[in-house]
Amino acid sequence: MKEWGYKISTPRVIDLDKADTARYAKLVEEVPSVKKCIMCGACSATCTASNHTDFSFRQCHLLFRRGQVVNLSVELDKCMLCGKCKIVCPQGVNTRAIISTMRIILSDMNNRNTPL
Amino acid sequence: MNFHPLVIPFLAGTVFLLIMISLKYIKWIRLLDANQSATIKKNILTFKTVQAINEIFHESLLHRKIYKRNRLLGYMHMSLAFGWFLMIVVGKIESSFYYGTFLDKPWLGIFFKYFARTPHHYFMIIPFSFIMDLLLLVTLSGVMLAILKRIRSTFLGIKKTTNHILLDRIALTSLWWIFPLRLLAESSTAELTGNGSFLTGTVGHLLSTLPVHQLELPLWWAYSICIGIFFIALPFSRYMHIPTEIVLIFLRKWGAQAGEVQSGFTDIQLNTCSRCGLCIDACQMNFAADINHIQPVYFIRDTRYHHLSKEVADNCLLCGRCVEACPVGLELTVIRQQVRHKSEIQGNNYFEYNGAIENTKKADIVYFAGCMSQLTPTIIISMKKIFEEAGVSYWFMDEEKGLCCGRPLRQQGYLQQSKDLVSKNTQLIHSSGAKMLVTSCPICYQSFKNEYSLDIPVMHHSDYIGLLMKENKLNLEQSDIEMVYHDPCELGRGSGVYDQPRHVLQSIGNLTAVDFEKEKSLCCGGSLSNMVIDSDSRQKIRDNTLEVLTKSRPDVLVTACPLCKKTFAQNNTTKIMDIAEIVAANLKNKIKASKSIN
Amino acid sequence: MSGKNIIIIGGGPAGLEAAYHLALHDYSVTLIEKETETGGHIRKDLKLFPDFTDASEVRKELSDKMMHPNIDLKTGICVTELFQEGLKWVVKCDNGSSFISDAVLLATGFETFDATRKEELGYGIYDNVITSVEFEGKLKEGKILTSSGRVPQRIAFLNCVGSRDEKVGNLYCSRVCCINGVKLAISFKEMVPDAEAYCFYIDMRMTGQHYEELYRTSQEKYGVTYIRGRISEAAATFDNRIQLKSEDTLACLPLKMAVDMLVLMVGMEASKSTRILSAQNGIPGEYGFAAGSGINFRDNLTIKAGLFLAGTCKRPLSFQETIADAGAAAVQMMDYLKDEK
Repeated sequence: MKEWGYKISTPRVIDLDKADTARYAKLVEEVPSVKKCIMCGACSATCTASNHTDFSFRQCHLLFRRGQVVNLSVELDKCMLCGKCKIVCPQGVNTRAIISTMRIILSDMNNRNTPL
Repeated sequence: MNFHPLVIPFLAGTVFLLIMISLKYIKWIRLLDANQSATIKKNILTFKTVQAINEIFHESLLHRKIYKRNRLLGYMHMSLAFGWFLMIVVGKIESSFYYGTFLDKPWLGIFFKYFARTPHHYFMIIPFSFIMDLLLLVTLSGVMLAILKRIRSTFLGIKKTTNHILLDRIALTSLWWIFPLRLLAESSTAELTGNGSFLTGTVGHLLSTLPVHQLELPLWWAYSICIGIFFIALPFSRYMHIPTEIVLIFLRKWGAQAGEVQSGFTDIQLNTCSRCGLCIDACQMNFAADINHIQPVYFIRDTRYHHLSKEVADNCLLCGRCVEACPVGLELTVIRQQVRHKSEIQGNNYFEYNGAIENTKKADIVYFAGCMSQLTPTIIISMKKIFEEAGVSYWFMDEEKGLCCGRPLRQQGYLQQSKDLVSKNTQLIHSSGAKMLVTSCPICYQSFKNEYSLDIPVMHHSDYIGLLMKENKLNLEQSDIEMVYHDPCELGRGSGVYDQPRHVLQSIGNLTAVDFEKEKSLCCGGSLSNMVIDSDSRQKIRDNTLEVLTKSRPDVLVTACPLCKKTFAQNNTTKIMDIAEIVAANLKNKIKASKSIN
Repeated sequence: MSGKNIIIIGGGPAGLEAAYHLALHDYSVTLIEKETETGGHIRKDLKLFPDFTDASEVRKELSDKMMHPNIDLKTGICVTELFQEGLKWVVKCDNGSSFISDAVLLATGFETFDATRKEELGYGIYDNVITSVEFEGKLKEGKILTSSGRVPQRIAFLNCVGSRDEKVGNLYCSRVCCINGVKLAISFKEMVPDAEAYCFYIDMRMTGQHYEELYRTSQEKYGVTYIRGRISEAAATFDNRIQLKSEDTLACLPLKMAVDMLVLMVGMEASKSTRILSAQNGIPGEYGFAAGSGINFRDNLTIKAGLFLAGTCKRPLSFQETIADAGAAAVQMMDYLKDEK
């Protein structure tokens, strides 16, 4: 089971009835090319940070979409913005802008103490 | 008489202007950061001050840089700036001679002809009169050209001009009206008093059919009001560049440079932008992709007026062509990075990368391929071959678990995280025991040169290959191959490496020059620094650049950057090779390389 | 004899099958093929999916059809120009000959994607990175050996090379690479049963008849391993194996492995002749393929009367679909020529 740093082992379920998709809506507004993603994983395959950690940009992006943002900003900080993911993406998704925008959206949310 | 209420608008404007400028300059100078202040103070009492005055004369008045770009455009700026400057100075001298004292009321020089209605004989009365009229004529010709530029800018060598805001248009209009009104006012007075010269006298005669007696005073009022409006609008408009440019030139000569974060020096540069719009024509996003709202003129304007949007700040290739074009030498790319600064989203240091491998055996050279080179393995293979051929021992630092150099983070404003990577990489480099760092990626090269403080020298591989050739460790076979060379933005404009790659290529084959090269080279469009632009626009920029580069139908297009290579290769027409590749393929005394290694 | 004659440009499966149908209905057909033999790309195949039909048997059946007296087969000649003159069509060839006909069928087929364009996969750089076409060639020779002459114990297949990829300008799916990959993996396992075969996929598009069952068989009977993820980079190890870097998207973890051979499933692109001849006649479609004039009912017709299309010059198709398409094109041509006076 992947350790993402939370202590209480509450069962995690993607409940699309309850998930807060407002953040993803904001992401789509800022970076429209995110809608083209087919989750092929070319980005995370080539990622420089994945040589050192199990950071997976694709996973972060997917969980963000489904409203699962627990500790996500911690994961996102591992990205070095090197840009290899954007070069290999077969759909032309602007991957770096997604990371940067996710960071900003999550920090905004944190600062305003929105319950997750 | 020595006073008339008509000078009040002028006086009010002047006083307002002087107060506003002083307040702003005091504020900005106080906001200079400590490093800048220290550097400046060291250099004030040196020869640099004289150099600054020299530059002010040549650029702010004569506009030499603009003149080199287009003679008519240069003349237009010069005639307005230098013409008006001389009118004020000569006018002051003239009135001093007329009144017999240098310390007379300031408006007497500006409204000279109105007040000096009975010209007694004073020193050089006729030459002065002639010169003033001549200066007025020259300045008016400048105004004509300025109007022409608004109507048909291509006559002055500019394809796209700035889209001005209302305030600028008001200031512009009032500025332009100053000189025709002065002509009419002076001419009407000349007709009544006979104190005109070749221009004012002639125009005065032409006016004689009109009721000149009634027109004279309103015309002088209008002249004064126009000056007043202009001076009041000046500190808030583009014309703030007139005084601020002088301040900038002094500070710059005294060693001030824009730093990582915004400071008073940034404000000074923001106010030096005259919104001339020369950066628009230079910007490829304009002429190749029709994106017209993000060029420096607009981004600086938005920053100055505090309504910069994130999109405009992020939507820039940082290719540097605007910096080349800017006649006042603003550090546009540095300021663009300053405004991207993201201090509130620093995050913690999660680069606890325990995987980065340290060097174990002795090596002369640290080789850093760069993240992008992993996607163009021929560059890495070619470099390995070159090292082997030259008998150089090297440590391939990022062969497996490399870290990014940190520049992409920095360009987006994540300064803290960039510094973390820098310190990790510095530690690895220093602990390797190597004597030189060679890198394949110009982005990394710029980073190592400017953002790291390394004990050892750094070279880009195109430069290093040249060094090996000079030391006779590499010999190349010459052939008839037709090549063109593309200057990567980060290597060329970013680091000033233009000639070394060309020397190397000339030992291999025939190198043809291209239309836009060296400082004027075109960007491939692949830039990491732009997080906003969509892929269609990038393709347009790439295709436009490729068209220019391959006009002579070369056999090979040689570049020195893996990102450029990958970007160009997406449009698969001409053969693209990195300089390391073509060198490795043409090494003498080795079998002519087929691409496979065995 | 109907008195009408037809030119078919391209002697691959589409051209051959269409020629046969037309010949049976008394049309005289001139078939021009640029290579010295007919058959197109199936000349390089060993077995066809999904049922492992022997490709040479299929080839023989098609070339036997060319024995029909109404078919005039001309090989080794490349068509350089095609244009309409009144109601007739003129074809000019590179050897100087030219032909006139009442209708033309364009069956100029496809070319495979040039994998050197994806430099990071190492094709053309490392000897043990090959394309699916080359792998099939090795199967046909009866021996699969790495560059150092060993039998590979572990092979990886990478799908979607040159297809579904904005970075090389081909956004479309090449339709057959998924099933072809399954077929190649099974063929390899039959030859070297103890070896490992890995298929790296984005989606497994098992659209045709028996495709899904073959996929199931490949896992159940042959133990082929499927990994959902892209291979981002291939590098050579010191002993000439290929080191792969990937992400297992289903496990959400980075994945790396060393294989003896990497096979790139290259997609289909429009052939040079297709591009040139469709451009000459105002029918260039997307990505350089030839455009029909209506995907539902008029897929074999073009905007030019008398010019018809069949096979992979329109879009990627499997062998079975190409044969069916050729039959449809033949019928459309016959309809056209019957109306023509």
